[in-house]
Amino acid sequence: MKQEIIIAGFGGQGVLSMGKILAYSGLMEGKEVSWMPSYGPEQRGGTANVTVILSDDRISSPVLNEYDIAIILNQPSMDKFESKVKPGGILIYDGYGIHTPVKRTDIDVYRVDAMDAATEMKNEKAFNMLILGGLLKIVPMVKLENVLLGLKKSLPERHHHLIPMNEAAIKKGMEIIQKI
Amino acid sequence: MSEEIRLMKGNEAIAHAAIRYGADGYFGYPITPQSEILETLEAEMPWEKTGMVVLQAESEVAAINMVYGGASTGKRVMTSSSSPGVSLKQEGVSYIAGAELPCLIVNVMRGGPGLGTIQPSQADYFQTVKGGGHGDYRLIALAPSSVQEMADFVALGFDLAFKYRNPAIILADGIIGQMMEKVVLPPFRPRRTEEEIIAQCPWAARGKTNGRKPNVITSLELDPAKMEENNIRFQAKYRKIEENEVRYEEFLCEDADYLLIAFGSSARICQKVVENARAEGIKVGLLRPITLWPFPTKAIAAYADRVKGMLSVELNAGQMVEDVRLAVNGKVKVEHFGRLGGIVFTPDEVLNALKEKLF
Repeated sequence: MKQEIIIAGFGGQGVLSMGKILAYSGLMEGKEVSWMPSYGPEQRGGTANVTVILSDDRISSPVLNEYDIAIILNQPSMDKFESKVKPGGILIYDGYGIHTPVKRTDIDVYRVDAMDAATEMKNEKAFNMLILGGLLKIVPMVKLENVLLGLKKSLPERHHHLIPMNEAAIKKGMEIIQKI
Repeated sequence: MSEEIRLMKGNEAIAHAAIRYGADGYFGYPITPQSEILETLEAEMPWEKTGMVVLQAESEVAAINMVYGGASTGKRVMTSSSSPGVSLKQEGVSYIAGAELPCLIVNVMRGGPGLGTIQPSQADYFQTVKGGGHGDYRLIALAPSSVQEMADFVALGFDLAFKYRNPAIILADGIIGQMMEKVVLPPFRPRRTEEEIIAQCPWAARGKTNGRKPNVITSLELDPAKMEENNIRFQAKYRKIEENEVRYEEFLCEDADYLLIAFGSSARICQKVVENARAEGIKVGLLRPITLWPFPTKAIAAYADRVKGMLSVELNAGQMVEDVRLAVNGKVKVEHFGRLGGIVFTPDEVLNALKEKLF
């Protein structure tokens, strides 16, 4: 099995760290993983994206033409990556800030209102974990227990007290994702 | 501590591998996209664990000359930088090669010329294999195409450098430096004792002569007859390296009608091209030079009669393609495909180029 995923949004949304947690979770399951970030001067407000590949076999190229799954978190990323989802693939987006509807009809489209949920949770930083929860509901490519292990591995120890909050956000994301 | 499986960036892997190899010193100056090497070394604080020195120098020029000094005492010393910084180091590199000293240099390439961009590139191939500094010298050049090889080539680079008393260079790029993959880190090895260094490096400047003739480390020889002798000795060494140290990897070359030649991150992308092409029924293979110098000339030449064409795929305007053409000496069509200035080609772009240029 192989999952080729692009996560794209603004810098500051936790795009890279979400990819990192996914990659770590894959590692915990004994998969081959690659995490390839855009590493430009993408601070808060700029665009950022990361390609994550989880595979049972050796991974060839970390750079891809098209993706099984695109997670789109802002309009510029929608413009850039909607066309790069493989036919039959999956596109997940956050409704906040997306103003053109998805045009593709040959892919499955899901929406997670993670920005609203994060505001409701009074925790902006839960945003990326809400999205991750949504993704894992649709494609359970890694077990939740391994995601929590992955979180532990990728977070510095001083942030380990935040793991329960992240777990709650992942579960919330699983609840609120909806098919379009 | 023993072997360990981790998920990390290529740059981080280099830093961990250097500590675990028992390197004595790292001297560097930060520049994107390789700053994590210095940052990881500083975070790991190896001076407290193994005694390894980590120093952020005042400039790239200072860093390479600190390497020159450390290497002349037989220590395992290294530096790292990215393209513009490596250009600054070239005088020092030439001196180190001229003084026949072992050391490890890492270049995580970015797009040039000039300050260029921080995005990945392979445009320093010429600088690396044809001599970026002055004089008739060669660097043993290793091109990693995975995070694992970033770690592995630290040990290989140091081993080859000491075996031949010659600087070795790891030529990576922004993709391999910045991407994270699974990596098996080697077990910790102790740094060599002073006695072991003296035994391994009888040529080193160690301060006390203890009855032997003083060792003089210099690249200067004003007597042209002696300087020619030195050069003849260097050349004999280079021929020996060409004889013994060529490394490359073949991927589905056996029945290939078309051969891709690519190194580093380009070779990773080309693996996917091979898979996609074969799914379309086009028999494509990939030959990946691991040592860029010495270049796998014979291995490539062996395919000249067997394939319909070769495509040298590089993130530059066509550099390695010259060595591929020399290898096949006109026997088969050799074309180049590249993207420039920090843009990375996709597998589709490469396959389209192959069809366009070789069909």
